[in-house]
Amino acid sequence: MDFFTFVQLGDASVRMAIPLLLACLAGLFSERAGIFDIGLEGKMLAAAFLAAAVSFTTGSVWVGLLAGIAISVTLSLIHGIASITFRGNQLISGVAINFFAAGLTVVIAQGWFAQGGRTPSLPREARFGSVDFPGALTRVRDKMQASPGMQFYSEFISGHSILVYLGLLTVPLSWWILYRTRFGLRLRAVGEAPEAVDTAGISVVRLRFSAVIIAGILCGIAGAYLSTAVQAGFTKDMTANRGFIALAALIFAKWRPWYALGACLLFGLFFAIDNRFQNIQLQVIWIMVLLIGVSVLMTSWAARKEKIDLWVLGGLSAVLTLIALLAWRGAVTDEIGAMAALFETVKVPSQLIQSLPYLFVVIVLAGFVGKAIPPRAGGQPYVKER
Amino acid sequence: MASPPPTLPPYSAERCIDMNDIAPAIELKGISKAFGPVQANKDISIRVMPGTIHGIIGENGAGKSTLMSILYGFYKADAGEVFISGVKTEIPDSQAAISAGIGMVFQHFKLVKNFSVLENVVLGAEDGALLKPSLRKARKQLTALSEEYELNVDPDAIIEDIGVGMQQRVEILKALYRQADILILDEPTGVLTPAEADQLFRILGRLKEEGKTIILITHKLREIMDITDTVSVMRRGEMTSTVKTSETNPADLAERMVGRKVLLRVDKVPAQPKDVVLDVRNLNVTDDKGVHRVKDVSFNIRAGEILGIAGVSGNGQSELLEVLGGYEKATGEIYLNGDQLDLTGDKSDGQSRRARGIAHVPEDRQQEGLIMDFAAWENTAFGYHHDPRYQRNRLLMDNAAILKDTQEKMDRFDVRPPNPMLAAKNFSGGNQQKIVVAREIERNPDVLLVGQPTRGVDIGAIEFIHQQIVALRDAGKAILLVSVELEEIMGLSDRIAVMFDGQIMGERLPNETDEKELGLLMAGMTDGEAA
Repeated sequence: MDFFTFVQLGDASVRMAIPLLLACLAGLFSERAGIFDIGLEGKMLAAAFLAAAVSFTTGSVWVGLLAGIAISVTLSLIHGIASITFRGNQLISGVAINFFAAGLTVVIAQGWFAQGGRTPSLPREARFGSVDFPGALTRVRDKMQASPGMQFYSEFISGHSILVYLGLLTVPLSWWILYRTRFGLRLRAVGEAPEAVDTAGISVVRLRFSAVIIAGILCGIAGAYLSTAVQAGFTKDMTANRGFIALAALIFAKWRPWYALGACLLFGLFFAIDNRFQNIQLQVIWIMVLLIGVSVLMTSWAARKEKIDLWVLGGLSAVLTLIALLAWRGAVTDEIGAMAALFETVKVPSQLIQSLPYLFVVIVLAGFVGKAIPPRAGGQPYVKER
Repeated sequence: MASPPPTLPPYSAERCIDMNDIAPAIELKGISKAFGPVQANKDISIRVMPGTIHGIIGENGAGKSTLMSILYGFYKADAGEVFISGVKTEIPDSQAAISAGIGMVFQHFKLVKNFSVLENVVLGAEDGALLKPSLRKARKQLTALSEEYELNVDPDAIIEDIGVGMQQRVEILKALYRQADILILDEPTGVLTPAEADQLFRILGRLKEEGKTIILITHKLREIMDITDTVSVMRRGEMTSTVKTSETNPADLAERMVGRKVLLRVDKVPAQPKDVVLDVRNLNVTDDKGVHRVKDVSFNIRAGEILGIAGVSGNGQSELLEVLGGYEKATGEIYLNGDQLDLTGDKSDGQSRRARGIAHVPEDRQQEGLIMDFAAWENTAFGYHHDPRYQRNRLLMDNAAILKDTQEKMDRFDVRPPNPMLAAKNFSGGNQQKIVVAREIERNPDVLLVGQPTRGVDIGAIEFIHQQIVALRDAGKAILLVSVELEEIMGLSDRIAVMFDGQIMGERLPNETDEKELGLLMAGMTDGEAA
């Protein structure tokens, strides 16, 4: 792999990280205020659909973006009314939003465009194009022949959609709001100890509603980005569980904006690998080293924990080892023998590469990544007590 | 919205000489508040003069907290008026109360645990949208206030790292930073050591000298006698009387609270201890986080004796009870009637302990003693499901038998209302505790572990529960009493051990020690230093 491949991988990572990052920050604002939001996925999906549909119909991508934000905020408000005003269960309300969005987007798309539950392909002017910085090369062939510095500038720095730059800006902005403003102080307090906020004479309800509205706006941008910048139109379930991955990233990031950027870039990298190396060929021995290495690490980690962990992770390790051995067995033929088969090149199943981001989520949530303490009042409706 | 906050004239002690000339700092007229059919406050009127400390005393559920919540804008009164310094004031929310100069220190602190002291003080009283100027100004004022009232609070300390005493001072600082002239404290000494309580009272004294008005809600008669100028007694939602503290005494106040004569001292004959029943040797407990909670604790209890364990909560007493009760693992040795108990293996659970004759009244009845949503009769069977009396056959339980048993227990222990079908949460604190105590005592155990038997229990029920514990002692049982209430320890115990930081600091006989000495031991002074 040459330098340009790395630059391209980095570029794709950022591209893939942006919707995760926006959704992650949406979750951050919401959960920091004490409202669990499992409905990030549904809000993104609804926004993706409406943004694409409105962009196509009006021909203006900005109107589409606004429509996406509007529907996402609306769903946020429903979540807010259910969980703040009526003190309902936040998980149930979130799940409902996910189902609602998954079903309705397809139905309405079919009724509107009659193209099998998708929107028509968006023309160039109804999409977010790339922003080219001055002096940046745009043609791939030019870039490949340019100096490494120029490659980096042209591919990695320049040439993203405006939403990417906007998305990256939300990180320092979120940090600044949370830690440097009165609103941020109160927001962090209301997720930790709403009774302290209440007795200080501040409205818990109003604060929490502001938080879910911010979450709605960010999710709306994330959804619109997917359907009008990454792809040209809406397809069924196009968010592909990014909302849930964002929640995992949020835990990984310990509910902090800068950590969220890191976590999302990491997840973005996995998506980028998935996109780029679907047909990668590797020597059998490397596949075996990887799989057996993971098994050993997992089992030795689990051995220090509870019995149940050892059983579950040990079983998983056994399966991975079995896959490694099967890969080897598959490469053995009469002509080359068992030893040479180790160095035979085989195609890595694309499913394995595709499952990487999701596998990583499982590992993150299984607690490999330190102790993350969620906001203390998270998930609990606030009820005044005597 | 609230009327504009009245600017309070600066009161000072000298200017308050003739109280009749000055408007009261707070005057409530005819306050009533009902929650459904329950009349929490009935036509309450009260006048509190500026620069005084006014006590409000009453049993649990007498309506003290409701009244103060109305004053702090948590609840809206059904009827009645509030006057602050003679000006009629509407208090629809806490913001209005704060701007009227009222500050409140709740029993359970309203602090954000992972914020610094400074951030907690500023929260809700910021000057502008940006934090930095507010924090800078607050830091300066905090230092000044802290010095003026000798509060000794570090503005950058994180709340979860500091002790409860200091957390409480942060609450006071919060009120002072908001320029409160009237400070309401709800059961402020419940979590404090005697020394910390004394410090609090010194601070309250300073505040009073500065002309602040203080309302102290408590159920501890001694505090009322020590520090207040006037005292109001509440009973069943009504304010029964308001008197000058100098013109009353504890027995009189207790009678006004309960409505009948109450025995403040536990009436008991000297103990006649026999053989050692429970022998604990070198017990060590380390919790999940690796903190060493109980360090090399050894003691024994004989039949017919009450060993009281005094100490501020969180010094290892809870863990000690949990080990003995069978839901915490430990190293060391425990002998019951000469037989060694299993501390880590299969026989270290609560069921095995109960089968051995160790009954346990847990410290937290709502979390550990009862299942609040279950009916009284179901709660009565907990831990004793295998009692043959409760079995119809090998498969089915005999619910009717449990119900009948519960009814009998309720009658004997005077649980009100005597309805076994009622969920535990619908009983008052005292009656809940009676259900737990009845369940444990009625099994005729060899050892009774009792944690905080009267926490949140009204005076009438305290008297009853104490009598039951003493009766069990006189029947020749060994009793381990853990309590943070020194008075209770002094009154009930035949021997007193004091725990601090997981260790037993010393043992005393109740008639050979006093609260001061015990207080020193509770604060970590070693045996020699305290004596």
